[in-house]
Amino acid sequence: MSDAAEKRTPLYDEHVRLGAKLIPFGGWLMPVQYSSIMDEHQAVRKSVGVFDISHMGELVATGPRASEWLNTMLTNNTEKLEVGAGQYTFLLNDAAGIIDDLIVYRIEDEKFLLVVNASRIEDDFAWLRAHLSVSAGGVQLADQSAQYAGLAIQGPRVGELFQMLFGSEKPMPTRNRIAAFDLGETSIWVARTGYTGEDGIEVFFAAQDAPRVWREVLEKGKSLGIRPCGLGARDTLRLEMCYPLNGSDLSPERNPLEAGLGFFVDLTKPNFTGREKLQREKEEGLSRRLVPFRMKGKSPPPRPHYRVFRAGADAGELTSGTLSPSLNYGIGMAYLTTPAPQPGEEIEIEIRGQKFPAVVEKKPLYKKS
Amino acid sequence: MNVPDDLLYTESHEWVRREGDKIRVGITDHAQAELTDVVYVELPKMGASYEAGGTIAVVESVKAASDIYAPAKGTVLEVNKALESNPALINTDPYGEGWIYVLKVDDTEQLKALKDAAAYRSSIG
Repeated sequence: MSDAAEKRTPLYDEHVRLGAKLIPFGGWLMPVQYSSIMDEHQAVRKSVGVFDISHMGELVATGPRASEWLNTMLTNNTEKLEVGAGQYTFLLNDAAGIIDDLIVYRIEDEKFLLVVNASRIEDDFAWLRAHLSVSAGGVQLADQSAQYAGLAIQGPRVGELFQMLFGSEKPMPTRNRIAAFDLGETSIWVARTGYTGEDGIEVFFAAQDAPRVWREVLEKGKSLGIRPCGLGARDTLRLEMCYPLNGSDLSPERNPLEAGLGFFVDLTKPNFTGREKLQREKEEGLSRRLVPFRMKGKSPPPRPHYRVFRAGADAGELTSGTLSPSLNYGIGMAYLTTPAPQPGEEIEIEIRGQKFPAVVEKKPLYKKS
Repeated sequence: MNVPDDLLYTESHEWVRREGDKIRVGITDHAQAELTDVVYVELPKMGASYEAGGTIAVVESVKAASDIYAPAKGTVLEVNKALESNPALINTDPYGEGWIYVLKVDDTEQLKALKDAAAYRSSIG
């Protein structure tokens, strides 16, 4: 693999200085771990960890009809967003395949921030812009990804760290809300969102301020035992919660209903891209479903693309799998043919030619005690 | 990185300790540091024969499964059962408690192709 082809976030030098192991991810060279995935995972479950999410994209839609237009492009209902509120949503193609999963925030009455996956920035922007030309209303769309850096600060002690960073004058935004704060000279968007299942915030600010903000977060978090965390822990944390990973669990060949994420699709909206297909699927029944499971007893960790067997017959394949650091057994998610097995039903995972027993679970796979 | 002088090494980061016509095999300190967090070890089959360069075991970290290759043709005499309940021994003591298996080598001449400590040290920079 060539490093030259991969983009670097504004925190690249910080990662190298901290001894991170760097890997290509979605066109970016990103830290997969600094010390150990296990340790970083536990830091987030027990205290607090910080992730560089500067590779993620920031698209901004502005105009009096921005909400109306976005509502035709995204599955969730933007009309439900007051200023300062955000929602998880999907960008679909005409066949209801998932182009991207993202969070859209209403940062002003007529201004929306879309935080999108790193590998999909160009596709999302191109798709949205192509659909802008045919819709009336003069909505302005900008790709501001290069101007923004971002950090995810996640863990049960995030509230303490928030106060150390931003003071106690203005409270941390509530779940799924976003507000502007100042850190010294830097203006920062703080959103109460995350991808770990823990309390946490995701913050976005000017790219040139990234090293300063990163160092301040690590310095102030020292007393809490903060850890810089890489993509390895990000993946185990999100999979324990059954949060989907774009490019693995989600792709243009899958739709949100199959992925079990119909909650973020508002079929009562009269019109949005992919709606007809989803409505039809809902009426006629899905052909497959994303199902969480855990291994029973000792087995190698399940991994993406392993086959799943049900009553001896091939029933589908894993899109995610790992050893759960919190639970200490293998966990995963697989698309299985319908009628999908119910929680408690036994399935088998084929690993290097041998079948290992697993059991279908409810999500999330990890529940906070 | 710890690279003991009294061991032989493969290109694929296994270490080899000669014990007469038998060899004890594990993965190097460098390899365990690259893998980190070993969470599962698939041990060779007792009594089974393997070709030189054939996949004989699998070491899995949280992120990935890595094949372990037989450094010479031979038959498995011992496997380290302790790794079944405590695979992290590979991380904490790669040259000691973290050994993986013992192989009876058919032709010890094959071991001449392995690197000495100095050569292995320079290969991992």
